[in-house]
Amino acid sequence: MDKPLNNKAWFMVLPVLLLVAFSAVVPLMTVVNYSVQDTFGNNEFFWNGIGWFEEVLASDRIRAALGRQVLFSAIILAIEVPLGILVALSMPKKGFWASVCLVLMALPLLIPWNVVGTIWQVFGRVDIGLLGHTLAALGIDYNYTQNAVHAWITVIVMDVWHWTSLVALLAYAGLQSIPDAYYQAAKIDQASRGSVFRYIELPKMQGVLLIAILLRFMDSFMIYTEPFVVTGGGPGNSTTFLSIDLVKQAIGQFDLGPAAAFSLIYFMVILLICWVFFTVMTNLDKRDGV
Amino acid sequence: MARITLSNLAHSYLATPASPADYALRTMDHVWDDGGAYALLGPSGCGKTTLLNLISGLLHPSEGRILFGDRDVTDAPTAARNIAQVFQFPVVYDTMTVRQNLAFPLKNRGADPAYIKTRVEAIAAMIGMGDRLDTKARGLTADAKQKISLGRGMVREDVNAILFDEPLTVIDPHMKWELRTQLKALHQQFRHTMIYVTHDQTEALTFADKVVVMYDGAVVQMGTPAELFERPAHTFVGYFIGSPGMNLLAAHVDGAVATVEGVQLPLGAGYSGLKGKIEIGIRPEFVRLSADGTGLPVKLRRVEDVGRHRILRADFFGREINAVLEEGAEVPADANRLSFDPARINVYADDWLVVAGGAP
Amino acid sequence: MNRRSLSGPIIMTVYLLFLMLPIYWLINMSLKTNNEILGTFSLYPQKLTLDNFRTILTDPSWYNGYINSMIYVAMNTVISIVVALPAAYAFSRYRFMGDKHLFFWLLTNRMAPPAVFALPFFQLYSSIGLFDTHIAVALAHCLFNVPLAVWILEGFMRGVPKEIDETAYIDGYSFPRFFLRIFVPLIASGIGVTAFFCFMFSWVELLLSRTLTAVNAKSIAATMTRTVSASGMDWGVLAAAGVLTIVPGALVIYFVRNYIAKGFALGRV
Repeated sequence: MDKPLNNKAWFMVLPVLLLVAFSAVVPLMTVVNYSVQDTFGNNEFFWNGIGWFEEVLASDRIRAALGRQVLFSAIILAIEVPLGILVALSMPKKGFWASVCLVLMALPLLIPWNVVGTIWQVFGRVDIGLLGHTLAALGIDYNYTQNAVHAWITVIVMDVWHWTSLVALLAYAGLQSIPDAYYQAAKIDQASRGSVFRYIELPKMQGVLLIAILLRFMDSFMIYTEPFVVTGGGPGNSTTFLSIDLVKQAIGQFDLGPAAAFSLIYFMVILLICWVFFTVMTNLDKRDGV
Repeated sequence: MARITLSNLAHSYLATPASPADYALRTMDHVWDDGGAYALLGPSGCGKTTLLNLISGLLHPSEGRILFGDRDVTDAPTAARNIAQVFQFPVVYDTMTVRQNLAFPLKNRGADPAYIKTRVEAIAAMIGMGDRLDTKARGLTADAKQKISLGRGMVREDVNAILFDEPLTVIDPHMKWELRTQLKALHQQFRHTMIYVTHDQTEALTFADKVVVMYDGAVVQMGTPAELFERPAHTFVGYFIGSPGMNLLAAHVDGAVATVEGVQLPLGAGYSGLKGKIEIGIRPEFVRLSADGTGLPVKLRRVEDVGRHRILRADFFGREINAVLEEGAEVPADANRLSFDPARINVYADDWLVVAGGAP
Repeated sequence: MNRRSLSGPIIMTVYLLFLMLPIYWLINMSLKTNNEILGTFSLYPQKLTLDNFRTILTDPSWYNGYINSMIYVAMNTVISIVVALPAAYAFSRYRFMGDKHLFFWLLTNRMAPPAVFALPFFQLYSSIGLFDTHIAVALAHCLFNVPLAVWILEGFMRGVPKEIDETAYIDGYSFPRFFLRIFVPLIASGIGVTAFFCFMFSWVELLLSRTLTAVNAKSIAATMTRTVSASGMDWGVLAAAGVLTIVPGALVIYFVRNYIAKGFALGRV
């Protein structure tokens, strides 16, 4: 719609601005503060410039965590997006069963993240968990606390279990918006099921899929609670992702300087990638004449 | 090309229809000739789209059979019926170019690439998109997209029929005229069976050789535009066609005289044994100002000048009667009687036309 | 679409089984005693017991966790929506200096890793004496919930034509009255969706709610993790606690089930 220019609208935005500034800017300033200073304790700080940043960027430990994180996010996206689309395509369009599916699918999304972790921590145990016990009975030596590969698989399966429904629900909403006439025209044109997906469904789902990918990337990049509860970052540090490492440094070791520099770099990386997504999204919107 | 026969066809959207009112389409027997250009005309909700979807196979009929030529296609899926359908709003594959859009139905049938190329170019030239064959369909205007939809429907030479479901709804008025003309030209060139659904009588009357009027789930009349105009078989046809529509007055008919509110009007033929709700109908085009004091006493309310003719709005005992007069016709201030051309008066019993001589 | 192959229902069934199995296992465990859990492995409770639930519902250190969580989640939802409504209205109806940048900046806060803010929040709220209070967690969660609320509400508000506002003014409505009486009912489903998401993201969050609370406002999530790190796993009670945290979520989904599909499109599809 045509929007008139009205700078008084700032008053309406003021409450949000103040609240978020308080929640975001103030703490962020603290972080920036710590990132450029060093201390010997006793609340005495002295200027350290970009020293911490250099140390962080060169740090092997952080690079390793970053590598793990990127691998994790990539695998997550590669599994959850196609799986979510597949589930959305398989869902009934309307009726009683559609409601049942929607409710059941949404359930994992509303479980507190530590409970998700607890569920899988238990599920994977050989003595009391269904999964662990079954795998042991099948002769597989499954142990996520000692075997790094098993730990990774467990964490990935847990995330897929937890979040695929988000992608599926978004894709489902996108599918619902396609008018019937397109499917009818495809029938008349004798299009195959694959063609229908490629030329009708996928293009129309582009907007929602981008939102889904953006959200999943962001959240998987920031993941903390679930892997922490299940593996605590282990065995060793094989499942220590970026957030886990950061919290360990900041609150565990109280290494304020490096932690703060790390935080800023972490934030910047996410911002950069999200900015790219956001620009692509708005350009798609403009191109479609929205 | 095929002759389409509908035999005892009826459809209800309910699982167990109990009464005629539950049917969206009432039992009908109808034949669409091979190569004809038909308009399917009627108000919203009269069953036109239902009928169209039954023919194209997007809907399976509750009762009856559909034949293409001699082949029973009632249970055949859409893809097997070899028809084309153009919808109300443009349906194009946005990610493909114009060329790919037009080629799509042929590619799905495994046609020869050289053949596809020549055919696509021929169709594109016909719809006036030859110069834009390689642009992406996404950014085009609504009428361009609708042309592509049309082209995609025509690209197969062997289509049995092309069905149009109010295709010009989203098109700008000046483009509507151009597209209608193109459709007519296409029909004359290729002689496909074309069925054009619309609620706009102008579109119907200008496009079609024969018009099928539907009302409340049933076909009330099929005929040429002239037949629909002069001898409407149903009061609805009289009302719907023509602008303004036919004048209808409740009357008592005996022999060759109709009595309306005590005034006697001569009829062009004799009628007897009429039962039910009796009405006489006359088109405004055949209503004249009476010069000699005979005819229906009316109160003139308004004279509208619409350019090519004038419309006289008169009031008769609370009913509106319209007359169409020539451009520039004089209307004396004290004129107060209208005469009807007896040969043009139609008699209706329970909304259906009574053929002269007796009950319908 | 008349005929569907069987692949759709099969995929759906397998997927739903996959989702429900771990939850079933949790429920299964919550109905067993610790002895049974550690002793025998069974697919359903041999001796069904409600003791675990009884423990939670009678032990203040457990049920207070739930109450605390509900309090700050409710606070957060209310604050987020109340604050987001005028802002979303401004974004959807007006252009103003810096509006696009402000909108983007708001969204970036949704992208902020809570880990980055854990320590600063801890120091900030301690310094203003709000450590271990419900309002602290409620405000902390506003960091990502308010931008989300503005984003969702703006999407729904865009769908309401400006002409409705103008008609109301012509009819003599003052702005507050117009907003409350006319506008808000029109976007009721949007507010419902927003409340759902605010509830969801606040209820499930652990890191900030654990960092900012100790005793008085300790969330259920924190209570459960403290239990885990203590020695001697009380699996039955832990499982029961877990089951009880799923209940509010299930209830909320059930009530908004008709809006879920629409809501997940954030009003923009």
